[in-house]
Amino acid sequence: MDLDMGSYGAYVWPAWGISAVVLGWLVVDALGRARRWRREVERLEQERGR
Amino acid sequence: MITALANPQRFMSFTRPLAPALGIGAAVLFAVGLWLSFAAPEDYQQGDTVRIMFVHVPAAWMGLFAYLALGVSAFFGLVFRHALADAAARAAAPLGAAFTALALITGSLWGRPMWGAWWAWDARLTSVLILLLFYLGYMALNAAIDDEQKAARASGVLALVGLVNLPIVKFSVDWWNTLHQPASVLRADGPSMSADLLAPLLVMGAAYKLLFLALWIVRIRAEVRRRRAGSLAAAAAGRA
Repeated sequence: MDLDMGSYGAYVWPAWGISAVVLGWLVVDALGRARRWRREVERLEQERGR
Repeated sequence: MITALANPQRFMSFTRPLAPALGIGAAVLFAVGLWLSFAAPEDYQQGDTVRIMFVHVPAAWMGLFAYLALGVSAFFGLVFRHALADAAARAAAPLGAAFTALALITGSLWGRPMWGAWWAWDARLTSVLILLLFYLGYMALNAAIDDEQKAARASGVLALVGLVNLPIVKFSVDWWNTLHQPASVLRADGPSMSADLLAPLLVMGAAYKLLFLALWIVRIRAEVRRRRAGSLAAAAAGRA
């Protein structure tokens, strides 16, 4: 494993860093939406049942 | 299969185990790909900057693939007036926009040390920028119209127009004399890259693909539930 990027570190690490941040955000955002609307449907269905 | 899955309820039960399975597969491939990417030898010309390729090229592939998913979904939505197809189109757009933006940013970070420029108005770079603008235009138009059906129709037409750009992106490096290098993986005579560098690229490519599919499914499911919540709320308002 080679983690010494030499003088190219200033380009390699930001490229990997921003990729990790954006992909991580996509995961968090998608799961957040899924949870939000699942709960909302559950709440509305319970209200209707009452 | 497509007609069976067009039923939202069947789609929901079919995709329930699918999203986590794809997500786990993506995580495993990311772990392997990460290791391979930094275990690979330096390129004899590009040095360590070749490691940017392992996040740049998969992002660009997914930027194109997500647009294909968006365009095909928009087509089904326009032709068959199917709500699930509209949901699939809406769910694909932000993912594709994010992948395309990543391809542009990581490409820029590679271009600076290798070309000596962050950006060049070359046919490949410009057509990918246009791809990003189609994504943003689709999302803006879809969000700007209140009536969801009208929004889906108007933005769907825009999505179909943008499909024309996909072959332009893919073949721009052949049709024009570009600064961007020509294809080195998906080419008629096979990959022209050394196996040491091809392996991490393909593993990362598969990881990005599975991640996109997992996130697409999660977002379509959220979209189906959002619509269900909308109709439940409307029904409740009608009763009150």
